[in-house]
Amino acid sequence: MTEITTAHYVFLSAALFSIGVIGVLTRRNVVIILMSIELILNAVNINLVAFSKHFLSVNGQAFAVFVIVDAAAEAAVGLGIIIALFRNKETVNADEIDLMKW
Amino acid sequence: MYFLEHIWMIPLFPLAGAILMLLIGRKLSNSVVSLICPGVVGIAFLYSLGAVLQLAGLEEHRHELILYTWLPGNTFHLLGGGTATLSADWGFLLDPLSSVMILVVTGVGLLIHVYSVGYMAHEGGYYRFFGYINLFLFFMLTLVLGNNYLLLFVGWEGVGLCSYLLIGFYFDRQSATTAGNKAFIVNRIGDAGFILGMFTMLAVFGSLQFTEVTERAASGAFSVGDAAITAMTLLLFIGACGKSAQFPLYVWLPDAMEGPTPVSALIHAATMVTAGVYMIARSNALFVLAPSTMAVVAAVGAFTAIFAATIGIAQNDIKRVLAYSTVSQLGYMVMACGVGAFGAGVFHLSTHAYFKALLFLGAGSVIHSLSGEQDMRKMGGLWNRIPITFKTFLVAALAIIGTPGLSGFFSKDEILWYSFIAPFGTGWILWLVGFVTAGLTALYIWRLMFLTFFGKSRVSHEAEHHLHESPPVMTIPLIVLAVLSLAGGWIGWPAALGGSNHFEHWLEPVFEPAAAALAAAEEAHPVAHSVSQEYLLMFLSVAIAGLGVFLAYTLFLKKQEVADRLAASYSGIHRLLQNKYYVDEIYGKIFVDGLAKGGGTALGRFDSSVIDGGVNGTAWMTRFGATLSIWWDTWIVDGAVRASAFGVKITSYPVRLLQTGLVQGYALMIVVGVLIFLSYYLLR
Repeated sequence: MTEITTAHYVFLSAALFSIGVIGVLTRRNVVIILMSIELILNAVNINLVAFSKHFLSVNGQAFAVFVIVDAAAEAAVGLGIIIALFRNKETVNADEIDLMKW
Repeated sequence: MYFLEHIWMIPLFPLAGAILMLLIGRKLSNSVVSLICPGVVGIAFLYSLGAVLQLAGLEEHRHELILYTWLPGNTFHLLGGGTATLSADWGFLLDPLSSVMILVVTGVGLLIHVYSVGYMAHEGGYYRFFGYINLFLFFMLTLVLGNNYLLLFVGWEGVGLCSYLLIGFYFDRQSATTAGNKAFIVNRIGDAGFILGMFTMLAVFGSLQFTEVTERAASGAFSVGDAAITAMTLLLFIGACGKSAQFPLYVWLPDAMEGPTPVSALIHAATMVTAGVYMIARSNALFVLAPSTMAVVAAVGAFTAIFAATIGIAQNDIKRVLAYSTVSQLGYMVMACGVGAFGAGVFHLSTHAYFKALLFLGAGSVIHSLSGEQDMRKMGGLWNRIPITFKTFLVAALAIIGTPGLSGFFSKDEILWYSFIAPFGTGWILWLVGFVTAGLTALYIWRLMFLTFFGKSRVSHEAEHHLHESPPVMTIPLIVLAVLSLAGGWIGWPAALGGSNHFEHWLEPVFEPAAAALAAAEEAHPVAHSVSQEYLLMFLSVAIAGLGVFLAYTLFLKKQEVADRLAASYSGIHRLLQNKYYVDEIYGKIFVDGLAKGGGTALGRFDSSVIDGGVNGTAWMTRFGATLSIWWDTWIVDGAVRASAFGVKITSYPVRLLQTGLVQGYALMIVVGVLIFLSYYLLR
């Protein structure tokens, strides 16, 4: 049984981050995209906590708590936008929302 | 020297009367008006008399009084080099010439005022009439007392205004208002000449003051026949032609008879119309420097004299005969000035004022007694019905034809004598014209006498019923004027008849420059003359006057059928004379129809073609310019803007492709970018 080292956490975090990024880039549903962003944020959290333990500093953990709060706020605002979007466009597909082009 | 110091007050008396009348006259009763208005003229007459008597007592017979500088002016350049300062004073000059004028104006004016009290008694606008003639006297006195041409011109225009107002006194009559307009408009032509003459005078002499102008003219700085002075005097003479009713500007005077008869007597016979003669006499120093002008003056005067006299023979309106007689007599005066006999001209002016005023007032008395009848064909046999009028009229009729001993004889013979010996022009032709005119004068005046006072009465039944002699207020001025017509010439009793010609000597200082120039001219062209010649000429003119009277007696009293037969066999000439040579019609065609109406049409055409054309052309040009600028705007300005926009559009095309509006696309770019950076750092 090998010991779980900081490197493991980092790899987990990198895997989670990559899954999140791929989700953001490939999924059409905005809700899924939001969820993928949560994944990315949580990958960051794992990274923060892992390095906090590695360097015996509590700063990283405190920062992670901030990120969690931030994620909650972000989810609330994001869902609000999605609802407003749906009311106007009757769609939640990112590729159908392309008003902001030239 | 009270009166001399106060000559400025002389015009003010009639002015006060005029202002009073025109402001509150309507509220005054006729008796108050007839007290005030002749009263102020009487005071003016007394002041004039006092001033003239005091003037006679002076060493040098001239008195100049400057009240104040009326127009302080600018400095300007003279025609002959140098500069002068224009200034005009409100100043008065009393010298022998103006003293004669003020005595005639105020004296005859007073008599006519008194006469008017009777004549106008039953007319409406009594106060208005007196206000106007008082105003007239104010301007006339300003005219003759002014010490410069500008002040003279003020009076000149003022009397023209009063003349207009009084000719149109019966403003409810169309013919009267038209005649007033005619007088005013014809006088404008003359006034234009006068004004130009004054401008020329300013340019040449730099002054308008009589004294200065005379001094400069007589100084010898200007040669005889100087072009500027010839032009100046010709222009001044145009002014005199208008005011003194000389051919071709005489046409207004006969029509001026539309005014009340005292007005005809005062303004259109005795005073205003002599203003032109006065002005020429006043400018004698200038006129003698321009022999060609003198020739024109003499010729116009002589022509006017005979021209008007011939018309006078064929007129039937008693006042019109007298009007043409006035024109003719004014011609005499102008001719006298033209031959250099200024003194004789002014002498005839004063004697004419007496007898012509008397003739007009007598005619007015006749008209008054016949309830307004003016046609001589409806008169006749009046001599014992209105005896005082008849007797005074007889004196005037004898005076005007030059009966020896009466005033007209002296003045007229003096003119004829001077025109015979004149160093200017061809004397004897002028004399012959004057001589024939004397015969014609006798003919038309005695035709008037015989038709009016003798023969069978042709008075209408209605007028016969009211026939009466005029009241004393009218006959007394007639008697006074008759005395003046009888004896007024004695002050100019010629030397040839054993007199001393006080009148001429009195005026000598005024005509000194003229006398000097005349003496020089006479030296160059000596004219042989002797006292016996003078006697012969006198005899001849008396003889032709007698012949005229005899002809009138035969034709218009004894054998009227001969006159009728003559008129019938020479009907062309008769019609020509009766219609006044059709001068009015010719003027009407040329000036009214031709110049005024034709000019109006021409101006209308000019307006619609040239002015409107210009406006339309400008509009077209503006539109054309606008079209050009639209083209410029669309193609050049807009083109530049669009071209730059197009350039931006083209260059922005590849960049634009990146901006899809898809969030995920942008996110992909971020990721790719991050990966690129990462790989750069990792693989370095």
